[in-house]
Amino acid sequence: MSDKPGKVGIISCSGEAIPGGTISRVACRKVLEELRPGKSVTICLPLFIAGGEEERMFADLFPTITVDGCEKRCAALGTANLSGKPSRTLIVTEILKKRGIPPTTKLRNLGDEEKAAALAVAEEIAAAIDEVLATE
Amino acid sequence: MVNIMSDQKKVAVFACSGIGKPLGSVAREIGYELTERVRPDTTVLTCLALLVINDPEARKLIMENPVIAIDGCVLDCAKKSLEANGAKVVRAYQSIDFFKKHNHLKPEGIAELNEAGKKLAALAADELAEVVDELLAEEAKNV
Repeated sequence: MSDKPGKVGIISCSGEAIPGGTISRVACRKVLEELRPGKSVTICLPLFIAGGEEERMFADLFPTITVDGCEKRCAALGTANLSGKPSRTLIVTEILKKRGIPPTTKLRNLGDEEKAAALAVAEEIAAAIDEVLATE
Repeated sequence: MVNIMSDQKKVAVFACSGIGKPLGSVAREIGYELTERVRPDTTVLTCLALLVINDPEARKLIMENPVIAIDGCVLDCAKKSLEANGAKVVRAYQSIDFFKKHNHLKPEGIAELNEAGKKLAALAADELAEVVDELLAEEAKNV
């Protein structure tokens, strides 16, 4: 029996007031539903904050990847404080910059540009999941 | 990002950031409807996640202004986080209660809320307008 983890917890900042927060949220759902179903679970950051025991326990036992919308890195710092060091920390603005995609501006009612940006971020999350599952 | 350090008193709105249920998305949409359409001049929407890193601007905002928490479900994560961080006044709501009231509008979808979910959020925001006005009137009396 392999002792490698079978799943990775994805923790999105989901920041309501920043476009990157919306992208982080949409990208994480895309990974969960389409790109890596069965290999990922999403963990609600607010439940972490509010003391959700199951969420904290999962993050203690399984590797986690945080996806932040901006450089404040609330998800990464929050996870490290409340549970343990994430295996990977991704930031939407850095991913978009790396891929030459302009920063998004909408908080809701996403158009084609925002959906393309979310897909790019989702692909990076999926790649990070593969790396983590292969190495940890 | 919205300037959350304005001197003018505003009602700070925090919505559940949950990404596991459509009602979490409704809570988020209510926050947008309330702060962008219904009361854009007297409310401000801020990231709930900022509370987890003790962001000084977010903490100042919730200490000095009345706060509305809009949660998706009975776990009340937004409300609990605000109270744990010493928010001044918290009026708390759950989007599930708005759904019970308008149960013909069944929200579906998480990344992308369906039309019924968006209508439900708009109705809820209209109802919360009165709460915003009350909170600011109380605030003015106390000055």
